[in-house]
Amino acid sequence: MFELIIRDRCNGCNRCVEVCPTNVLEPGPEGIPVGARVEQCQTCFMCELYCKEDAIYVGPDRDKREPVNEAQIAASGLLGQYRRDSGWDEWASNPQYDNQIWQLGPYIQAGGKRSVERVKLRIAEQAKRSETSDQGVPGQPKQGL
Amino acid sequence: MAQTSAGGPEPLRIEADVLVAGGGMAACWAGISAARAGAKVVLVDKGYVGTSGVTATGGPGHWWVSPEGDARKQAIDKRLLTGYGLADPTWMERIIETTWRVLPTLASYYQFSVNDKGETVYNALRGPEYLRALRNAAVDAGVTILDQSPVLELLLHDDGSVAGANGVQRQQHREYSVRAGAVVLATGGAGFLGGLLGSSTNTGDGHLMALEAGAELSGMEFSNQYSISPRWNSTRTLIYSWARYFDADGKELDVLPDNDVLERALIAGPVFALLNECPAGLRKTLPQIQPMTLLPFVRKGITDVYEKPFEVKLFAEGTIRGTGGLRIVGDQCETTIAGLYAAGDTATRELIVGATSGGGSPNSAWALTSGLLSGAGAAALAQSRGRRADSKVRAQGTAGLRPRGSVKPVDRRRVLEAAQNEILPLDKNVFRSGRKLRDSLGVLEAAWRELRDHDLAQGADAVIARETASVVATARLSYTAALARDESRGMHQREDAPEQKPEQARRLLVGGLDEVWTRPEAQAQWKPTHV
Ligand SMILES: Cc1cc2nc3c(=O)[nH]c(=O)nc-3n(C[C@H](O)[C@H](O)[C@H](O)COP(=O)(O)OP(=O)(O)OC[C@H]3O[C@@H](n4cnc5c(N)ncnc54)[C@H](O)[C@@H]3O)c2cc1C
Ligand code: SF4
Ligand code: SF4
Repeated sequence: MFELIIRDRCNGCNRCVEVCPTNVLEPGPEGIPVGARVEQCQTCFMCELYCKEDAIYVGPDRDKREPVNEAQIAASGLLGQYRRDSGWDEWASNPQYDNQIWQLGPYIQAGGKRSVERVKLRIAEQAKRSETSDQGVPGQPKQGL
Repeated sequence: MAQTSAGGPEPLRIEADVLVAGGGMAACWAGISAARAGAKVVLVDKGYVGTSGVTATGGPGHWWVSPEGDARKQAIDKRLLTGYGLADPTWMERIIETTWRVLPTLASYYQFSVNDKGETVYNALRGPEYLRALRNAAVDAGVTILDQSPVLELLLHDDGSVAGANGVQRQQHREYSVRAGAVVLATGGAGFLGGLLGSSTNTGDGHLMALEAGAELSGMEFSNQYSISPRWNSTRTLIYSWARYFDADGKELDVLPDNDVLERALIAGPVFALLNECPAGLRKTLPQIQPMTLLPFVRKGITDVYEKPFEVKLFAEGTIRGTGGLRIVGDQCETTIAGLYAAGDTATRELIVGATSGGGSPNSAWALTSGLLSGAGAAALAQSRGRRADSKVRAQGTAGLRPRGSVKPVDRRRVLEAAQNEILPLDKNVFRSGRKLRDSLGVLEAAWRELRDHDLAQGADAVIARETASVVATARLSYTAALARDESRGMHQREDAPEQKPEQARRLLVGGLDEVWTRPEAQAQWKPTHV
């Protein structure tokens, strides 16, 4: 969930307020946005993606806040990871961060195939070992899920 | 409007040919297509067009089949099998062809990724970049976008046709009213606030608004797809295709795509995933394939994600990667309400995938195509009939806007949790039975009555009131349909009726709010229509 904005980094542009899909943030009295409705945060990290100052830290847990120390987080190297890995803004010209989404399909297919083979092999081995025992098949077939 | 928030700014009045409600890929394609047809288009999104909805946080791989040889016929035949009698090959062909033709035209807005052979790959897009591109394309086409402006209710003319919608600009605390010649609903699927990545805005508001206006829905029984993720956050799921699963005793589970071992194990106790089979190449490139996947792990302090098992959860997806939604009765995505069109996850996707989830690629091809068709259809209708912006209209909102009984404080969180307790758990929604469904429906009906009779809200608070009502209404319709379909078909499996019954190889229509009804569809309805 949304945790904090590093005050030293924030330039007060309020872009994060504008883009948050669940309206968590609000312009703050001192020019730095505040988490006015953090309970609505869907932990999507979109505010971080759109913050060019890498000033926002969203915690990893979607159910509960896990408060962090502002100075530690600022020094942690965690800020701006999503924007950098996405190759946005100043990272766009760096080929290391080129969009590799085309590899998604091939990796899903290969992983799915490998997993099915592995499980089927183990089921066959188990069946061989317990040939005489009358243990049923664990689980039922399902359709379409 | 139902209420004017005291002291707030003057309500905003807008006139347009076409109103598009929603801001995901379906809404954007609809807006672009209507504007390019010459219509004045206003597009209103609950959040921000670019970050809201499941397209923005995802990475939709579109159904992509070359016209060469009989590849398309084979792809369609395969999907017809898993549609279990409810899908339509004509629609499948249409979305494959449209996607193939149109998606590459986005190249001036989206930098498509290039594979290791140097070929441009058009069908796989990354969500945030896709939505950023669509937003820019929509603006260039002349679409007026209102962000942070959720729609609350539809307006109808006396003849029953749609006249526009009311909503609220929640950051300005200003109500608005749009009068339009036609309306496209593209508010996404109904996710029951189950925590699926990007789905918090997708509460089924469009479904509720359409129901209030008298629309029919279809396929709502197929609303039990779940998505695997760490227990503490719904993330992207590529890595789980390589996962091994274990129970709390460390016993490995025989999880296959076509068995229910994982679901049963999760009902019995905690389940852990181990990703040690993920190949080195994937580990290295993952941040550039799905930049968001590892982010939460790193922040949890989990540095050995590929070596150590971690606890997982199945997050409910509701109708998002289920298949149901507004019934489509024409080849421009007309609904049963005159002037009202539905696109993307708001519409039923049974036409293309029948009784099996279309997550793997048909859904985004559908969102694109249904967006384009509905936008063009809405533009043509508005241009031929006019906006009729001065006629008298009736606002349709019920729960949260116009309570039927005495206004009382309603604990919406409690009502929501009561409904979620029926619709989210695997043991109720995956392993279904008549008895369980009837028990759940009792709870859901009581929840609906409480909201309908007593809840009244204004401004930004009305958004939450309507979201709560939408979750309850869509959950109730989903279980009503599941009870009526007393057989097992595709993703809808009944423990008390495990067989597929040939006479039920029809789509099941459902509607109503106070009195909910179901009825099998008589016959295919998508005759060519000319506006
Ligand atoms: C994790 C995941 C992975 C997927 N992967 C694939 C895939 O690989 N291939 C594939 O084909 N499909 C996939 N899908 C499905 C695909 O992403 C969807 O079918 C598609 O994105 C739907 O687009 P949409 O525009 O209908 O909905 P969304 O993108 O969800 O947009 C809905 C919009 O409606 C807005 N809204 C909601 N209520 C209101 C209101 N009251 N007023 C105004 N606006 C409102 C929301 O803010 C949001 O902007 C996936 C889905 C998920 C969840
Ligand atoms: S987007 Fe970043 S810099 Fe701008 S207001 Fe938000 S936190 Fe500050
Ligand atoms: S993580 Fe997402 S929902 Fe939470 S504050 Fe940031 S943009 Fe908003």
